[in-house]
Amino acid sequence: MTRIAVVDYGAGNLVSIDQALRAAGAEVVIARRGTDLRGADGLIVPGVGAAGPAMARLARRDLVGPIRDWVAEDRPFLGICLGMQLLFEGSDEDGSVTLGILAGRTVRLQDAPRLPHIGWNTVRRTREHPLFTGIAAGAFFYFVHSLAPRPTGVEAAAITLAWTDHGPEFVSAVARGRVAGVQFHPERSGSDGLQLLARFVELAAADPGAAEDPGAAQDPGATDDAGAVGGRRAAARSRTGRAGADRAVAGSAA
Amino acid sequence: MLAVRVIPCLDVADGRVVKGTRFVDLVDEGDPPELAERYAREGADEIVFLDITAAPEGRGTLRGIVERTARRAFVPLTVGGGVRTVSEMRDVLRAGADKVSLNTAAVATPDLVRRCARRFGSQAVVVALDARRRTPSPGDSSGESPAWEVVVKGGREPTGLDAIAWAQRVVDLGAGELLVTSIDRDGTGSGFDTALLRAIADRVPVPVIASGGAAGPADFVAAVRDGGASAVLAASIFHRRRHSIADVKAAMAAAGLPVRLVPEAAA
Repeated sequence: MTRIAVVDYGAGNLVSIDQALRAAGAEVVIARRGTDLRGADGLIVPGVGAAGPAMARLARRDLVGPIRDWVAEDRPFLGICLGMQLLFEGSDEDGSVTLGILAGRTVRLQDAPRLPHIGWNTVRRTREHPLFTGIAAGAFFYFVHSLAPRPTGVEAAAITLAWTDHGPEFVSAVARGRVAGVQFHPERSGSDGLQLLARFVELAAADPGAAEDPGAAQDPGATDDAGAVGGRRAAARSRTGRAGADRAVAGSAA
Repeated sequence: MLAVRVIPCLDVADGRVVKGTRFVDLVDEGDPPELAERYAREGADEIVFLDITAAPEGRGTLRGIVERTARRAFVPLTVGGGVRTVSEMRDVLRAGADKVSLNTAAVATPDLVRRCARRFGSQAVVVALDARRRTPSPGDSSGESPAWEVVVKGGREPTGLDAIAWAQRVVDLGAGELLVTSIDRDGTGSGFDTALLRAIADRVPVPVIASGGAAGPADFVAAVRDGGASAVLAASIFHRRRHSIADVKAAMAAAGLPVRLVPEAAA
Protein backbone atom coordinates (compact mmCIF):
# COMPACT_ATOMS: atom_id res chain seq x y z
CA MET A 1 0.00 0.00 0.00
CA THR A 2 1.28 3.45 -0.86
CA ARG A 3 2.30 5.30 2.25
CA ILE A 4 1.91 9.07 2.41
CA ALA A 5 3.48 11.06 5.23
CA VAL A 6 1.57 14.21 6.14
CA VAL A 7 3.60 16.66 8.19
CA ASP A 8 1.84 17.84 11.35
CA TYR A 9 3.40 20.97 12.77
CA GLY A 10 0.32 22.41 14.41
CA ALA A 11 -0.77 24.48 11.41
CA GLY A 12 -4.30 23.63 10.46
CA ASN A 13 -6.55 20.61 10.58
CA LEU A 14 -5.43 17.31 9.11
CA VAL A 15 -8.74 15.48 9.28
CA SER A 16 -9.89 16.17 5.74
CA ILE A 17 -6.53 15.54 4.09
CA ASP A 18 -6.14 12.31 6.01
CA GLN A 19 -9.57 11.16 4.88
CA ALA A 20 -9.04 12.28 1.29
CA LEU A 21 -5.80 10.29 1.03
CA ARG A 22 -7.38 7.21 2.57
CA ALA A 23 -10.21 7.51 0.05
CA ALA A 24 -7.53 7.42 -2.65
CA GLY A 25 -6.26 4.13 -1.24
CA ALA A 26 -3.22 5.44 0.62
CA GLU A 27 -1.95 4.60 4.06
CA VAL A 28 -1.45 7.87 5.97
CA VAL A 29 1.33 8.54 8.45
CA ILE A 30 1.04 11.73 10.45
CA ALA A 31 4.65 12.91 10.66
CA ARG A 32 5.50 14.80 13.82
CA ARG A 33 9.26 14.14 13.76
CA GLY A 34 11.79 13.84 10.98
CA THR A 35 12.09 10.11 11.69
CA ASP A 36 8.41 9.65 10.81
CA LEU A 37 9.25 10.13 7.12
CA ARG A 38 11.03 6.78 6.99
CA GLY A 39 9.31 4.31 4.74
CA ALA A 40 6.98 6.89 3.18
CA ASP A 41 6.44 6.97 -0.57
CA GLY A 42 5.08 10.51 -0.74
CA LEU A 43 5.33 13.58 1.48
CA ILE A 44 2.70 16.29 1.96
CA VAL A 45 3.34 19.52 3.83
CA PRO A 46 -0.02 21.23 4.42
CA GLY A 47 -0.67 24.27 6.53
CA VAL A 48 -2.14 27.72 6.79
CA GLY A 49 -0.95 30.77 8.66
CA ALA A 50 2.33 32.59 9.00
CA ALA A 51 5.65 31.28 7.65
CA GLY A 52 7.91 32.30 10.56
CA PRO A 53 6.18 30.29 13.30
CA ALA A 54 5.76 27.38 10.86
CA MET A 55 9.51 27.24 10.15
CA ALA A 56 10.23 27.43 13.87
CA ARG A 57 7.90 24.52 14.55
CA LEU A 58 9.40 22.45 11.71
CA ALA A 59 12.87 23.09 13.11
CA ARG A 60 11.80 22.16 16.63
CA ARG A 61 10.51 18.84 15.35
CA ASP A 62 13.68 18.08 13.35
CA LEU A 63 11.73 18.19 10.12
CA VAL A 64 13.67 20.82 8.14
CA GLY A 65 16.61 18.61 7.14
CA PRO A 66 14.49 15.57 6.22
CA ILE A 67 12.13 17.72 4.09
CA ARG A 68 15.09 19.32 2.30
CA ASP A 69 16.64 15.93 1.62
CA TRP A 70 13.35 14.56 0.36
CA VAL A 71 12.92 17.38 -2.12
CA ALA A 72 16.59 17.29 -3.18
CA GLU A 73 16.08 13.65 -4.10
CA ASP A 74 13.13 14.63 -6.30
CA ARG A 75 10.81 12.33 -4.42
CA PRO A 76 7.01 12.86 -4.64
CA PHE A 77 6.22 15.99 -2.64
CA LEU A 78 3.14 18.17 -2.40
CA GLY A 79 3.12 21.49 -0.55
CA ILE A 80 -0.34 22.86 0.14
CA CYS A 81 -0.90 26.61 0.73
CA LEU A 82 1.72 27.51 3.36
CA GLY A 83 3.44 24.22 2.56
CA MET A 84 3.97 25.46 -1.00
CA GLN A 85 5.13 28.90 0.13
CA LEU A 86 7.76 27.35 2.40
CA LEU A 87 9.53 25.90 -0.66
CA PHE A 88 10.59 29.43 -1.63
CA GLU A 89 13.29 31.63 -0.10
CA GLY A 90 11.33 33.83 2.26
CA SER A 91 8.01 35.45 3.09
CA ASP A 92 7.14 39.13 3.05
CA GLU A 93 4.49 38.49 5.68
CA ASP A 94 6.95 38.44 8.55
CA GLY A 95 10.31 38.64 6.79
CA SER A 96 11.05 35.05 7.68
CA VAL A 97 13.54 32.85 5.83
CA THR A 98 11.96 29.68 4.46
CA LEU A 99 13.39 26.52 2.85
CA GLY A 100 14.87 28.18 -0.24
CA ILE A 101 14.43 25.13 -2.44
CA LEU A 102 12.80 27.16 -5.22
CA ALA A 103 13.95 30.67 -6.23
CA GLY A 104 11.56 33.49 -5.37
CA ARG A 105 9.68 34.99 -2.44
CA THR A 106 6.20 34.78 -1.00
CA VAL A 107 4.55 38.18 -1.40
CA ARG A 108 1.22 39.80 -0.56
CA LEU A 109 -1.29 39.68 -3.44
CA GLN A 110 -1.07 43.03 -5.20
CA ASP A 111 -4.17 45.10 -6.10
CA ALA A 112 -6.52 42.38 -4.90
CA PRO A 113 -10.16 43.48 -4.62
CA ARG A 114 -10.35 41.97 -1.12
CA LEU A 115 -7.96 40.16 1.20
CA PRO A 116 -7.82 37.46 2.37
CA HIS A 117 -8.61 35.81 -0.97
CA ILE A 118 -11.26 33.38 0.30
CA GLY A 119 -13.37 31.11 -1.84
CA TRP A 120 -13.49 29.02 -4.99
CA ASN A 121 -11.50 30.23 -7.96
CA THR A 122 -10.37 28.79 -11.27
CA VAL A 123 -6.84 27.58 -11.94
CA ARG A 124 -5.40 28.35 -15.40
CA ARG A 125 -2.79 25.76 -16.27
CA THR A 126 0.12 26.78 -18.49
CA ARG A 127 1.31 23.23 -18.98
CA GLU A 128 0.19 19.74 -18.13
CA HIS A 129 1.36 17.81 -15.10
CA PRO A 130 0.38 14.35 -13.84
CA LEU A 131 -1.23 15.96 -10.75
CA PHE A 132 -3.94 17.52 -12.92
CA THR A 133 -4.60 14.52 -15.15
CA GLY A 134 -8.34 14.14 -15.70
CA ILE A 135 -9.22 17.50 -14.14
CA ALA A 136 -11.14 19.90 -16.39
CA ALA A 137 -9.36 23.08 -17.51
CA GLY A 138 -11.91 25.38 -15.85
CA ALA A 139 -12.09 23.52 -12.55
CA PHE A 140 -12.60 25.49 -9.33
CA PHE A 141 -10.47 25.02 -6.22
CA TYR A 142 -10.81 26.49 -2.74
CA PHE A 143 -8.38 29.23 -1.70
CA VAL A 144 -7.84 30.94 1.62
CA HIS A 145 -4.70 33.13 1.79
CA SER A 146 -3.36 36.66 1.43
CA LEU A 147 0.11 35.87 0.06
CA ALA A 148 1.44 33.74 -2.77
CA PRO A 149 4.91 32.82 -3.99
CA ARG A 150 6.44 34.74 -6.87
CA PRO A 151 9.00 32.51 -8.59
CA THR A 152 12.09 34.33 -9.89
CA GLY A 153 15.28 33.43 -11.72
CA VAL A 154 15.96 31.23 -14.68
CA GLU A 155 13.64 28.49 -13.47
CA ALA A 156 10.63 30.76 -12.89
CA ALA A 157 8.73 29.99 -16.09
CA ALA A 158 9.70 26.33 -16.05
CA ILE A 159 8.38 25.65 -12.56
CA THR A 160 5.14 27.63 -12.95
CA LEU A 161 2.25 25.27 -13.51
CA ALA A 162 -0.84 27.47 -13.14
CA TRP A 163 -2.16 30.98 -12.55
CA THR A 164 -5.25 32.30 -10.78
CA ASP A 165 -6.68 35.80 -10.90
CA HIS A 166 -7.71 37.88 -7.90
CA GLY A 167 -7.04 41.27 -9.29
CA PRO A 168 -3.82 40.53 -11.19
CA GLU A 169 -2.91 36.86 -11.66
CA PHE A 170 -0.72 35.05 -9.17
CA VAL A 171 1.03 31.69 -9.39
CA SER A 172 -1.33 29.06 -7.96
CA ALA A 173 0.63 25.88 -8.72
CA VAL A 174 4.30 25.03 -9.25
CA ALA A 175 6.20 21.86 -10.01
CA ARG A 176 9.79 20.84 -10.59
CA GLY A 177 10.04 17.18 -11.36
CA ARG A 178 8.05 15.33 -8.74
CA VAL A 179 8.09 18.22 -6.29
CA ALA A 180 4.87 20.24 -6.53
CA GLY A 181 3.03 22.93 -4.65
CA VAL A 182 -0.50 24.30 -4.85
CA GLN A 183 -1.77 27.51 -3.28
CA PHE A 184 -5.31 26.15 -3.01
CA HIS A 185 -6.61 23.44 -0.69
CA PRO A 186 -7.36 20.22 -2.61
CA GLU A 187 -8.65 18.64 0.61
CA ARG A 188 -11.39 21.29 0.67
CA SER A 189 -12.06 21.43 -3.06
CA GLY A 190 -14.73 18.78 -3.55
CA SER A 191 -14.34 16.05 -6.16
CA ASP A 192 -11.67 17.84 -8.22
CA GLY A 193 -9.54 18.24 -5.11
CA LEU A 194 -9.97 14.58 -4.21
CA GLN A 195 -8.93 13.71 -7.71
CA LEU A 196 -5.74 15.77 -7.47
CA LEU A 197 -4.81 14.04 -4.21
CA ALA A 198 -5.50 10.66 -5.81
CA ARG A 199 -3.12 11.61 -8.65
CA PHE A 200 -0.50 12.44 -6.04
CA VAL A 201 -0.94 9.03 -4.43
CA GLU A 202 -0.40 7.45 -7.87
CA LEU A 203 2.79 9.47 -8.35
CA ALA A 204 4.02 8.29 -4.98
CA ALA A 205 3.15 4.68 -5.80
CA ALA A 206 5.28 4.94 -8.94
CA ASP A 207 8.25 6.46 -7.11
CA PRO A 208 11.35 4.29 -7.58
CA GLY A 209 12.50 5.37 -4.11
CA ALA A 210 9.63 3.40 -2.65
CA ALA A 211 11.18 0.13 -3.76
CA GLU A 212 14.37 0.81 -1.80
CA ASP A 213 12.58 0.46 1.46
CA PRO A 214 12.71 -0.79 4.09
CA GLY A 215 16.47 -1.38 3.97
CA ALA A 216 17.60 2.13 4.85
CA ALA A 217 14.99 2.69 7.53
CA GLN A 218 15.74 -0.55 9.33
CA ASP A 219 19.49 -0.34 9.18
CA PRO A 220 20.43 -0.67 12.86
CA GLY A 221 23.19 1.89 12.34
CA ALA A 222 20.77 4.52 11.08
CA THR A 223 19.25 5.53 14.37
CA ASP A 224 19.11 9.28 13.84
CA ASP A 225 17.23 11.24 11.16
CA ALA A 226 20.31 12.26 9.27
CA GLY A 227 21.55 8.71 9.07
CA ALA A 228 18.34 7.26 7.74
CA VAL A 229 17.66 9.91 5.17
CA GLY A 230 21.32 10.22 4.33
CA GLY A 231 21.41 6.60 3.27
CA ARG A 232 18.56 7.17 0.93
CA ARG A 233 20.10 10.39 -0.33
CA ALA A 234 23.21 8.55 -1.33
CA ALA A 235 21.09 6.02 -3.16
CA ALA A 236 19.15 8.78 -4.85
CA ARG A 237 22.30 10.58 -5.88
CA SER A 238 23.65 7.53 -7.59
CA ARG A 239 20.25 7.04 -9.20
CA THR A 240 19.76 10.49 -10.64
CA GLY A 241 23.16 12.04 -10.44
CA ARG A 242 21.72 15.46 -9.73
CA ALA A 243 20.33 15.40 -6.24
CA GLY A 244 23.66 16.53 -4.84
CA ALA A 245 23.64 19.67 -6.98
CA ASP A 246 20.08 20.53 -5.95
CA ARG A 247 21.01 20.11 -2.36
CA ALA A 248 23.92 22.49 -2.71
CA VAL A 249 21.56 25.13 -4.10
CA ALA A 250 19.13 24.60 -1.24
CA GLY A 251 21.93 24.83 1.29
CA SER A 252 23.27 28.11 -0.04
CA ALA A 253 19.85 29.74 -0.02
CA ALA A 254 19.09 28.91 3.58
CA MET B 1 -12.48 34.48 -11.36
CA LEU B 2 -13.39 34.24 -7.69
CA ALA B 3 -16.92 32.84 -7.34
CA VAL B 4 -19.57 34.26 -5.03
CA ARG B 5 -20.01 31.70 -2.26
CA VAL B 6 -23.40 30.27 -1.32
CA ILE B 7 -23.33 28.96 2.25
CA PRO B 8 -26.03 26.99 4.05
CA CYS B 9 -26.05 27.46 7.82
CA LEU B 10 -27.03 24.54 10.04
CA ASP B 11 -28.21 25.26 13.57
CA VAL B 12 -27.02 22.46 15.83
CA ALA B 13 -28.42 21.75 19.29
CA ASP B 14 -27.38 18.73 21.36
CA GLY B 15 -25.84 17.06 18.35
CA ARG B 16 -28.75 17.41 15.95
CA VAL B 17 -29.65 19.91 13.27
CA VAL B 18 -32.68 21.85 14.42
CA LYS B 19 -34.83 24.50 12.93
CA GLY B 20 -37.06 27.00 14.57
CA THR B 21 -37.63 30.69 14.77
CA ARG B 22 -35.32 32.73 16.93
CA PHE B 23 -34.13 29.77 18.95
CA VAL B 24 -37.66 28.65 19.94
CA ASP B 25 -39.95 25.84 18.75
CA LEU B 26 -36.95 23.80 17.63
CA VAL B 27 -37.70 20.84 15.37
CA ASP B 28 -35.20 18.01 14.85
CA GLU B 29 -34.02 18.02 11.25
CA GLY B 30 -31.41 15.31 11.25
CA ASP B 31 -27.76 14.36 11.54
CA PRO B 32 -25.40 17.33 10.95
CA PRO B 33 -22.69 15.47 8.96
CA GLU B 34 -25.32 13.83 6.77
CA LEU B 35 -27.00 17.14 5.96
CA ALA B 36 -23.65 18.85 5.43
CA GLU B 37 -22.63 16.18 2.95
CA ARG B 38 -25.91 16.55 1.10
CA TYR B 39 -25.44 20.30 0.82
CA ALA B 40 -21.86 19.86 -0.36
CA ARG B 41 -23.10 17.52 -3.08
CA GLU B 42 -25.73 20.06 -4.07
CA GLY B 43 -23.11 22.76 -4.54
CA ALA B 44 -22.63 24.45 -1.15
CA ASP B 45 -19.36 26.36 -1.28
CA GLU B 46 -18.91 26.13 2.48
CA ILE B 47 -20.86 24.83 5.45
CA VAL B 48 -21.52 26.74 8.66
CA PHE B 49 -22.50 25.01 11.88
CA LEU B 50 -23.99 27.31 14.47
CA ASP B 51 -23.98 25.61 17.86
CA ILE B 52 -27.05 26.75 19.76
CA THR B 53 -26.78 24.12 22.47
CA ALA B 54 -28.00 25.77 25.62
CA ALA B 55 -26.05 23.79 28.21
CA PRO B 56 -22.24 23.97 28.29
CA GLU B 57 -21.97 20.20 28.91
CA GLY B 58 -23.60 19.58 25.53
CA ARG B 59 -20.82 21.36 23.68
CA GLY B 60 -18.35 18.48 23.61
CA THR B 61 -20.59 16.69 21.14
CA LEU B 62 -19.96 19.36 18.54
CA ARG B 63 -16.33 18.33 18.12
CA GLY B 64 -17.40 14.83 17.21
CA ILE B 65 -19.84 16.24 14.69
CA VAL B 66 -17.14 18.44 13.18
CA GLU B 67 -14.82 15.49 12.77
CA ARG B 68 -17.46 13.27 11.19
CA THR B 69 -18.34 16.11 8.81
CA ALA B 70 -14.74 16.77 7.81
CA ARG B 71 -14.44 13.09 6.88
CA ARG B 72 -17.46 13.22 4.57
CA ALA B 73 -17.88 16.71 3.13
CA PHE B 74 -14.78 18.02 1.36
CA VAL B 75 -15.75 21.68 1.50
CA PRO B 76 -14.68 24.28 4.08
CA LEU B 77 -16.37 24.16 7.45
CA THR B 78 -16.97 27.06 9.84
CA VAL B 79 -18.14 26.59 13.41
CA GLY B 80 -19.85 29.31 15.39
CA GLY B 81 -21.30 29.42 18.86
CA GLY B 82 -19.71 28.63 22.15
CA VAL B 83 -16.05 29.34 21.39
CA ARG B 84 -14.74 31.72 24.04
CA THR B 85 -11.04 30.98 24.33
CA VAL B 86 -8.00 30.31 22.15
CA SER B 87 -7.87 26.73 23.40
CA GLU B 88 -11.53 26.11 22.59
CA MET B 89 -10.83 27.41 19.10
CA ARG B 90 -7.82 25.10 18.83
CA ASP B 91 -9.98 22.10 19.75
CA VAL B 92 -12.59 22.93 17.11
CA LEU B 93 -9.94 23.44 14.40
CA ARG B 94 -8.18 20.23 15.38
CA ALA B 95 -11.46 18.37 15.03
CA GLY B 96 -11.58 19.44 11.39
CA ALA B 97 -13.06 22.93 11.16
CA ASP B 98 -11.31 25.50 8.96
CA LYS B 99 -12.70 28.61 10.60
CA VAL B 100 -14.32 29.65 13.81
CA SER B 101 -16.86 32.40 14.03
CA LEU B 102 -16.78 34.60 17.13
CA ASN B 103 -19.78 36.68 18.12
CA THR B 104 -20.74 37.37 21.74
CA ALA B 105 -17.28 36.35 22.95
CA ALA B 106 -15.66 38.97 20.68
CA VAL B 107 -17.94 41.69 22.05
CA ALA B 108 -17.17 40.63 25.62
CA THR B 109 -13.41 40.32 24.99
CA PRO B 110 -12.30 42.05 21.77
CA ASP B 111 -8.72 40.96 22.40
CA LEU B 112 -9.84 37.37 21.79
CA VAL B 113 -10.04 38.24 18.07
CA ARG B 114 -6.43 39.40 18.08
CA ARG B 115 -5.17 36.39 20.02
CA CYS B 116 -7.02 33.89 17.82
CA ALA B 117 -5.81 35.59 14.63
CA ARG B 118 -2.24 35.59 15.89
CA ARG B 119 -2.34 31.95 16.82
CA PHE B 120 -4.27 30.52 13.85
CA GLY B 121 -4.09 33.24 11.19
CA SER B 122 -6.72 35.76 10.14
CA GLN B 123 -8.14 33.37 7.57
CA ALA B 124 -9.43 31.16 10.40
CA VAL B 125 -11.17 33.94 12.31
CA VAL B 126 -14.64 35.05 11.27
CA VAL B 127 -16.40 37.66 13.36
CA ALA B 128 -20.18 37.32 13.30
CA LEU B 129 -21.83 40.67 13.75
CA ASP B 130 -25.56 40.90 14.47
CA ALA B 131 -26.91 44.38 13.81
CA ARG B 132 -30.20 46.15 14.39
CA ARG B 133 -31.25 49.43 12.83
CA ARG B 134 -31.37 52.28 15.32
CA THR B 135 -34.77 53.91 15.47
CA PRO B 136 -34.34 57.52 14.40
CA SER B 137 -35.33 59.95 17.16
CA PRO B 138 -38.73 61.58 16.61
CA GLY B 139 -38.59 64.62 14.41
CA ASP B 140 -35.18 63.65 12.97
CA SER B 141 -35.37 64.58 9.34
CA SER B 142 -31.66 65.19 8.83
CA GLY B 143 -31.64 62.57 6.07
CA GLU B 144 -28.42 61.11 7.45
CA SER B 145 -27.55 57.55 6.56
CA PRO B 146 -29.09 55.01 8.88
CA ALA B 147 -27.14 53.68 11.84
CA TRP B 148 -26.99 50.13 13.18
CA GLU B 149 -26.25 48.85 16.63
CA VAL B 150 -24.49 45.60 17.46
CA VAL B 151 -26.73 43.22 19.40
CA VAL B 152 -25.86 39.89 21.04
CA LYS B 153 -27.62 36.81 22.39
CA GLY B 154 -29.75 36.30 19.32
CA GLY B 155 -30.70 39.97 19.20
CA ARG B 156 -32.04 40.14 22.73
CA GLU B 157 -29.26 42.26 24.15
CA PRO B 158 -28.10 45.65 22.81
CA THR B 159 -24.42 46.52 23.23
CA GLY B 160 -24.30 50.24 22.45
CA LEU B 161 -21.64 49.53 19.78
CA ASP B 162 -22.02 51.12 16.37
CA ALA B 163 -22.01 48.25 13.86
CA ILE B 164 -19.78 49.93 11.29
CA ALA B 165 -17.21 51.08 13.84
CA TRP B 166 -17.24 47.57 15.38
CA ALA B 167 -16.72 45.98 11.96
CA GLN B 168 -13.67 48.16 11.35
CA ARG B 169 -12.32 47.44 14.80
CA VAL B 170 -12.49 43.65 14.59
CA VAL B 171 -10.82 43.74 11.16
CA ASP B 172 -8.03 45.83 12.70
CA LEU B 173 -7.77 43.18 15.42
CA GLY B 174 -7.31 40.46 12.81
CA ALA B 175 -10.71 39.15 11.68
CA GLY B 176 -10.31 37.71 8.18
CA GLU B 177 -13.99 37.75 7.33
CA LEU B 178 -17.24 39.25 8.64
CA LEU B 179 -20.57 37.46 8.84
CA VAL B 180 -23.11 40.28 8.94
CA THR B 181 -26.64 39.43 10.05
CA SER B 182 -29.49 41.89 10.04
CA ILE B 183 -31.55 41.02 13.11
CA ASP B 184 -34.38 43.17 11.73
CA ARG B 185 -34.59 40.98 8.65
CA ASP B 186 -33.63 37.59 10.12
CA GLY B 187 -36.47 35.12 9.79
CA THR B 188 -38.74 37.65 8.09
CA GLY B 189 -38.10 36.76 4.46
CA SER B 190 -38.08 40.44 3.53
CA GLY B 191 -34.64 40.37 1.90
CA PHE B 192 -31.14 41.20 3.10
CA ASP B 193 -30.45 44.66 4.55
CA THR B 194 -28.34 45.74 1.59
CA ALA B 195 -27.72 49.22 3.03
CA LEU B 196 -26.13 47.64 6.11
CA LEU B 197 -24.04 45.29 3.96
CA ARG B 198 -22.90 48.10 1.69
CA ALA B 199 -22.02 50.38 4.61
CA ILE B 200 -19.72 47.69 6.03
CA ALA B 201 -18.35 46.21 2.79
CA ASP B 202 -17.23 49.65 1.62
CA ARG B 203 -15.28 50.24 4.81
CA VAL B 204 -13.43 46.96 5.36
CA PRO B 205 -10.92 45.18 3.08
CA VAL B 206 -12.03 41.66 4.08
CA PRO B 207 -14.88 39.61 2.57
CA VAL B 208 -18.38 40.20 3.95
CA ILE B 209 -20.88 37.33 4.20
CA ALA B 210 -24.52 38.47 4.00
CA SER B 211 -27.04 36.89 6.35
CA GLY B 212 -30.59 37.45 7.53
CA GLY B 213 -33.75 37.86 5.50
CA ALA B 214 -33.33 35.82 2.34
CA ALA B 215 -36.59 34.68 0.80
CA GLY B 216 -35.75 34.00 -2.83
CA PRO B 217 -32.86 33.84 -5.31
CA ALA B 218 -33.27 37.51 -6.24
CA ASP B 219 -32.41 38.50 -2.66
CA PHE B 220 -29.03 36.78 -2.95
CA VAL B 221 -28.28 38.64 -6.15
CA ALA B 222 -29.12 41.94 -4.43
CA ALA B 223 -26.86 41.17 -1.47
CA VAL B 224 -23.91 40.92 -3.84
CA ARG B 225 -24.79 43.57 -6.40
CA ASP B 226 -26.25 46.21 -4.06
CA GLY B 227 -24.72 45.15 -0.76
CA GLY B 228 -21.21 44.34 -1.99
CA ALA B 229 -21.20 40.96 -0.22
CA SER B 230 -18.63 38.31 -1.25
CA ALA B 231 -20.76 35.45 0.01
CA VAL B 232 -24.35 34.79 1.01
CA LEU B 233 -25.60 32.64 3.87
CA ALA B 234 -29.05 31.30 4.64
CA ALA B 235 -30.67 28.62 6.74
CA SER B 236 -34.40 28.09 6.49
CA ILE B 237 -34.73 28.83 2.78
CA PHE B 238 -32.51 25.80 2.09
CA HIS B 239 -33.69 23.53 4.91
CA ARG B 240 -37.32 23.88 3.97
CA ARG B 241 -36.35 23.21 0.37
CA ARG B 242 -38.12 26.29 -0.83
CA HIS B 243 -35.11 26.91 -3.01
CA SER B 244 -32.06 24.79 -3.69
CA ILE B 245 -28.48 26.00 -3.74
CA ALA B 246 -28.54 25.36 -7.49
CA ASP B 247 -31.57 27.72 -7.85
CA VAL B 248 -29.67 30.48 -6.10
CA LYS B 249 -26.57 29.93 -8.20
CA ALA B 250 -28.59 29.86 -11.41
CA ALA B 251 -30.14 33.23 -10.53
CA MET B 252 -26.71 34.64 -9.78
CA ALA B 253 -25.25 33.33 -13.02
CA ALA B 254 -28.17 34.83 -14.93
CA ALA B 255 -27.41 38.17 -13.27
CA GLY B 256 -23.82 37.93 -14.46
CA LEU B 257 -22.28 37.04 -11.08
CA PRO B 258 -19.47 34.46 -11.05
CA VAL B 259 -20.54 31.19 -9.38
CA ARG B 260 -19.19 27.67 -9.16
CA LEU B 261 -21.70 25.36 -10.80
CA VAL B 262 -21.55 21.76 -9.68
CA PRO B 263 -22.49 19.17 -12.29
CA GLU B 264 -23.87 16.74 -9.70
CA ALA B 265 -26.27 19.40 -8.45
CA ALA B 266 -28.11 19.37 -11.76
CA ALA B 267 -28.74 15.65 -11.61
